[in-house]
Amino acid sequence: MSNEKKKHRSVLVQVETPNLIPERDLGTIPVLQAEHLGIDFGGLTAVDDFNIAMGRTEISGLIGPNGAGKTTIFNLLTSVYKPTRGTVLVDGYDTAGKSVAEVNRMGVARTFQNIRLFSKMTVEQNVLVGFGNTMKTHLVTDMLRLPGHWRQEAEFHDRALELLDIFDMRKYADTQAGNLPYGAQRRLEILRALATSPKVLLLDEPAAGMNPAETEELMENIQKIRDEFQIAILLIEHDMSLVMGVCEVVGVLDYGKIIAKGTPEQIQNDPRVIEAYLGKQGVK
Amino acid sequence: MSEKRPIISTGGRGPAAGGARRTLPMPARYAINAIVVLVLLVLGELMISGGAINRYQSTVLEQVGIYIILAVSLNIATGYLGQLPLGHAGFMSMGAYGCSIFIIRMSEFLGVGARDFVTGTPMAFLIVIGGLIVGGLCAAIAGIIIGIPALRLKGDYLAIITLAFAEIIRVVMLNIDDVLGFELTGGAAGLTGIPGFSSFLLVFGCVAVVCFLIHTMMKSRHGRAILAIRDNEIAAEATGVNTTYYKTLAFVVSAFFAGVAGGLYAGCVGVLQPAVFGFMKSIEILVMVVLGGMGSMLGSAISATVLTILPEALRAFSEYRMIAYAVVLIIVMIFRPQGLLGSYDFSLSRIIERVMNRDFPWRKRNDAPADTAEEKEVSADV
Amino acid sequence: MFITQVLNGLQLGSIYALVALGYTMVYGIILLLNFAHGDIIMVGAYVSWLVMAQLGLPPVLAIVLSVAACTLVGVLIDKVAYAPLRNAPRLSILITAIGVSYFLENGAQLVFGADAKVVPAYTDLTTVQVAGLTLSFPSVLTVLVTIAATVALTLVVQKTKLGKAMRAVSEDMGAARLMGINVNSTISFTFAVGSALAGIGAVLYAMAYTQANPTMGMMLGTKAFVAAVLGGIGSIPGAVVGGLLVGFAEVFVNAIGLSVWKDAVVFLLLIIVLVVRPTGIFGRTMSEKV
Repeated sequence: MSNEKKKHRSVLVQVETPNLIPERDLGTIPVLQAEHLGIDFGGLTAVDDFNIAMGRTEISGLIGPNGAGKTTIFNLLTSVYKPTRGTVLVDGYDTAGKSVAEVNRMGVARTFQNIRLFSKMTVEQNVLVGFGNTMKTHLVTDMLRLPGHWRQEAEFHDRALELLDIFDMRKYADTQAGNLPYGAQRRLEILRALATSPKVLLLDEPAAGMNPAETEELMENIQKIRDEFQIAILLIEHDMSLVMGVCEVVGVLDYGKIIAKGTPEQIQNDPRVIEAYLGKQGVK
Repeated sequence: MSEKRPIISTGGRGPAAGGARRTLPMPARYAINAIVVLVLLVLGELMISGGAINRYQSTVLEQVGIYIILAVSLNIATGYLGQLPLGHAGFMSMGAYGCSIFIIRMSEFLGVGARDFVTGTPMAFLIVIGGLIVGGLCAAIAGIIIGIPALRLKGDYLAIITLAFAEIIRVVMLNIDDVLGFELTGGAAGLTGIPGFSSFLLVFGCVAVVCFLIHTMMKSRHGRAILAIRDNEIAAEATGVNTTYYKTLAFVVSAFFAGVAGGLYAGCVGVLQPAVFGFMKSIEILVMVVLGGMGSMLGSAISATVLTILPEALRAFSEYRMIAYAVVLIIVMIFRPQGLLGSYDFSLSRIIERVMNRDFPWRKRNDAPADTAEEKEVSADV
Repeated sequence: MFITQVLNGLQLGSIYALVALGYTMVYGIILLLNFAHGDIIMVGAYVSWLVMAQLGLPPVLAIVLSVAACTLVGVLIDKVAYAPLRNAPRLSILITAIGVSYFLENGAQLVFGADAKVVPAYTDLTTVQVAGLTLSFPSVLTVLVTIAATVALTLVVQKTKLGKAMRAVSEDMGAARLMGINVNSTISFTFAVGSALAGIGAVLYAMAYTQANPTMGMMLGTKAFVAAVLGGIGSIPGAVVGGLLVGFAEVFVNAIGLSVWKDAVVFLLLIIVLVVRPTGIFGRTMSEKV
C-alpha cells in the first residue's frame, strides 16, 4: 500500500456522462473508473471502448445478452486479463501492471459467476482468508504462538462471526463451505469479498439460480451492504427485476460495446436495448 | 446493523440451542500435548537405555522419525498447497550435505571429537543443532532457487521441473569436487567421517518441533492462505492472497524441514552418497504422503512409520517390496484417491473436549450441518 | 569427426523424438504426464532380448514383437490404471502414472534381475557408404525411421478420421463425446500409437546401446519428456525439434569432455526453457476460464 501512496493519483479523465453519478457522490473521486477499456483475443475484439465512472456509494448494473462481454469486463477491472487498450483506475490509482491480489488490496472485491469458494475449508475460514491482509501478525509470531497471535485470532474470529451475521450464517461457521446449500454458497462468496474491506464490490450474476423470493431478499441485501459498508457495487445480471429494482445506473452491453447507459427507466424505454435483446422485430 | 433478517428463514435452530460447548483454554491444550510428548520421549529413552529396545531397533526408530519429518514436510507442498514436487530427495540431500559438512568442519575447528557426539557434550549438542539449522537453510535456499521459477508453472510442469532440479543437485554433489577441486562432498565414493550424532531423543525431539511448527503455521493466516490457494487459486487471488508469496513460503518451509531431516539422516547412517538421493527416494516419500492422506499430518506419520518398519520386518521379501509399493499406490489412487485418512487430523484436545461434553460418536449429534437439509426444503417451498 | 558427432546427435535426438512423440500425444489428449511411457521402452528392449537371445528367433520377429508388446502394454496401462480415473483430480492420475512406472521397473527387476542384458545386434551391417562417407548404419537407420514415423504420424493426425477424433477429444472431451465420438476408444488409439512409437524407439535404442536394464526407461523417458516440453507439449513438430535439441545438447557436452555433466545440462536446459517460455517452442498457451 505504501508503494501506491507515494505515487500521484492519475489525472481523472473526463467522465463521458457525469450526470449519471449519484448526486451524493459528486465532488469525490470516482471509486472505479475505466477509460476506453478494450481487449482483443487473437484479433477478435471482445470488449471495446468501455467507459465507466462509479460514485463511492453507487449501485450500478451491467446487462446484456450472453456473450456480450460482461464477465470479460469484470476480468479486466480486476486485472485477471490485461487490457489491450485503455485504463482502469481504482480510487484514482492506475491498476496497470498490478496483479489480481494487488487490485483486490487497492479496493476491488468480486464474486464469480460459477461459485468459487474454498470448498474444503470451513465457512469461517473462508471469511478469514478475506481478512488475511488486514491481519498483520508475522509468520514467526504465528508459528511460535506468541501472545500477538492469540490476540489477533480472537479479534478476527469475532469479526468473522459478525460478518457472517449479516446473512445469518453464524450457525454455519464450522461447516465445510462445499457442503453449504447453493444459496448460502452465493452469500458466503459475497461475505468473503466483503472481508477484504473493498471500496467497490463486483457481483457476477448474484441471482443466478435463485427463485423470485430469494432474488428479492438479495435485492434488499445488496442495498443493505451498500448502506452498511458505504461502498459501491457493480453487478452483472440477467434478472431484469433485480437490475431495475436495485441499480441507480444501468449500462447495456452488446458485442463488447456499451450501447446504452442511463437510469433504469431510460434503459427500459431505449429502442436500442430492445433491439439488442429482441432483434429488430421487437422495436416495431 | 439495524435488522439482521436472513435471506432464507431457517427456523432459528442452531448449535447454541443445546447450550454452550465446554472448551479447553488454549494454554491447557498446549500444556497437555507438551506433557504427552515429553512422557513419550522419556519413555522411549528409558526403554532404550534399559535395553528393552536394542541398538538395531533404535536405529530403525530413528529412521522412522526421519521419514516422518520428510513425509510431513512434503505434505506441506502436496497436501496443503496442492502441488506435486518430485524433488524432495534433492532438498533432503542439500540438508544432509550442508549439515554434515558444517558439523565436520566445526568439530575440527573447535576440537570436538567423534566420541563427544555420542556421549553428547554441550558443545557437540550446539554444533549438531547448528548443523541441522544450516542443513535446513541450505535446503531452503535450494527451495527458493527452484521455487520461484517452478511455482509459476502448474501441475505436471512443476513436478517435472522439481524432478529436474533434484537430478541437477545429485549430479552436482557427484562431480563438484572433481571439477572445482573442492573437498566438499566426496563425490561418488561418498562423504565419510560424519559423527553419529543422531539419537532417539534428538530425532523425535525434532519430529515434535517440526510437527508443532507445521501445525501452528497451518492454523494461522499464513496457513489459511496456503489452503485457499489449494482449494481455488483464482478465488484466492481475487480475495487478496499473494499467491506467489504463499506458494514460495510453503515450498521453502517444506524444503527447510526436508533439509533438517537430511541432516538427521546423515547423523544416523554416517556416510552420504549422492546416489541415495535419487528420484526413487523422492517417490518413496511421496508414497508415504499419498497413502497416509494428503493434508493429514497423522496420516503421513503413520504411513511413514509403517513403510519404514514393514520392509525391515519383511526383509525376506525385500524383492517384492517395491512392487507391492507400486501396486498399493495404484490401488489407493483408484479406490481412495484422498489417501487412507483423507485430510483427517488427530487432535488430542478435541477428544478431551468431546469427553468433557459427553459428545461421543455413537450419540446423535445436533450440529449446524444438520440444518443444511432443512434449508434446502425451505428454499424449495418458497 | 564432426560428421560423426552430428550423426550421433541426430541418432540420439531421433530416439528422444520418437519417445517424446508418445508423451506429447498422451498429454495432448488427456493432459497426463505419462510417467510410465519411458518404461514401455524398457519393455520393448527386454522383448527384443527375449526373442533373439533367449528364443533365438530372427531379428525381424524381434522388431515386430517388440513394437507389438509395447503397443499392448501401453493400451493395457491406460485401461487398467488410467481409465478408472478419467474424472479424478489430475494429481491422482499423475501419482498413478508414477505407480505404474514403479511397477514396471520393479517388475522387470524381479523377473529379469537388476543387471543389464545384452541385446544381440539386429543386423550384421554396421556401416553404410553415403556420398563417399562411411557412416554408422544404426545411426542412419534411426534417422530415416524417425523421419518416416513422424511423417506417418502427421498424416494420421491430419488426414484420417481417427486423427480428427483425436484432435477433437484433445480440444474438448465433453463436446467430442456429444458429437458422437467414442472418447474411450480414441484415447486407447492414442495410447496405442504413442506406445508403438515407443516400441520403435526401443528397437532403435537397443540397436545403438545393445542393452536392456530395468531402469533404462527412467532417464530416457525423463529426457524425452524434457524434449517434449522443450518443443511445446501437444505439438508433433515440437517433439521432434525438442528431441533433436536434447540429443545434440548431450552429444555436444560429451564431445567437449564434460560427459558427467550431461544430465545436469539437459535438465538445466529444461528449467531455462520453462522459465523463459513455459509453453515451449511450438506450444500454445492454455489458461483456465474465469
